[in-house]
Amino acid sequence: MQAQLKALIIPLLSIPNRHPRLFLVTAVIIWFGLYQTLIPFSEYVVDLLPVDRASRLGSALQFFFYDTPKVLMLLTAVVMVMGMVNSYFTPERTRALLAGRREGIANGMAACLGIVTPFCSCSAVPLFIGFVKAGVPLGVTFSFLISAPMVNEVALTLLFALFGWKVAGLYLAMGLSIAIVAGWVIGQLRMEAHLEDWVKNMPKVRAEINESELTLSDRLDAGFAAVHDIVAKVWPYILVGIAVGAGIHGYVPEDFMASFMGKEVWWAVPVSVLLGVPMYTNAAGIIPIVEALLAKGAALGTVLAFMMSVIALSLPEMIILRKVLKPTLIATFFGVVAAGIILVGYVFNAVL
Amino acid sequence: MLFYKEIDVKEIKVLGTGCTKCQLTTRLIQDISKEKGVDIALEKVEDIEKIMSYNIMSTPAVVIDGLVVHSGGIPAKSKVESWFQ
Repeated sequence: MQAQLKALIIPLLSIPNRHPRLFLVTAVIIWFGLYQTLIPFSEYVVDLLPVDRASRLGSALQFFFYDTPKVLMLLTAVVMVMGMVNSYFTPERTRALLAGRREGIANGMAACLGIVTPFCSCSAVPLFIGFVKAGVPLGVTFSFLISAPMVNEVALTLLFALFGWKVAGLYLAMGLSIAIVAGWVIGQLRMEAHLEDWVKNMPKVRAEINESELTLSDRLDAGFAAVHDIVAKVWPYILVGIAVGAGIHGYVPEDFMASFMGKEVWWAVPVSVLLGVPMYTNAAGIIPIVEALLAKGAALGTVLAFMMSVIALSLPEMIILRKVLKPTLIATFFGVVAAGIILVGYVFNAVL
Repeated sequence: MLFYKEIDVKEIKVLGTGCTKCQLTTRLIQDISKEKGVDIALEKVEDIEKIMSYNIMSTPAVVIDGLVVHSGGIPAKSKVESWFQ
């Protein structure tokens, strides 16, 4: 019996690889179809439960049953697409695109490439050194290093799914601005001397790409692997986050946070950024906190600054970078990014 | 005179600073090499200077008999199996 089941399932599972274009088109259609059913589905589930729909519990539950599948679907789609895009923008290609390019423009490119190049914080050091060896200017490398962990697709997707495209767009704009400007500033400071000696002594390399031709089927595989890696790790945080959001919608009084993080409190931004420094969580983990803060009156610029500080100014990454950067340079990196985040927090609070 | 070395045992190095991905990669290689009955000398390289001597940009990376065969993320099972054909 088992053998017969296997004989049926295995050929089915290989369909994406044998007919990648057909698979993609079908998957997109099915995804959109499912997406339309989300609201009716959530209402249906709440109907089944012995709860009054108009009550606080009723709304909280509807929120939970609507948002959970919605966020998971969005996240899966975005991670899948990014996994495929990442297979184009390997670190080697990004490096080749940036090597020897003029600063300013290169900072902008580096920040944007940071979004689409796959980056794991344990690779921060090899990547950093690889860039430097190939002649990517120091400031440009930093622009990349700031944007890559901070402006990531999980953070953007969750912000979009839970708060709308304006908030997600704002985060994106803030993140890129900080990455570009902070990287450029560090470049202007000409701190190449503050790289660890063994890094300075490394032989230079030419930035080449060895184009191993990947087929669409290979890229699909990369997408699947990314979904498996990321969504499997992150879904508990998402459930917690949405549950928290659901609870807040029903139960916590308005303006609770306004006294600490509202616009009138001028010191809210720097304090939030400072608070974020010792904290570190992945992008998904910070969302429940963001939700709570926003729902209860905190200013948007302040909250996003806090979120960035938690993700971008992380002690673990600083420790890892200590192997290649001398303390002065690490402190400078830290300081410039923190200042950037604070500045951007203020600006967006003022503008919105 | 001709010298040649009889290479019975594959020398495999897993390069990585010690995060979970590197450990999973090491375990994967150990499991599959055992499955295929191939003898290997497996070494974990965590020293960053040594890692950089291989010119890679993402870890974990795998080096077999001096040649970098993989870098970035945990290698696919099919890829690891292909090393032991």
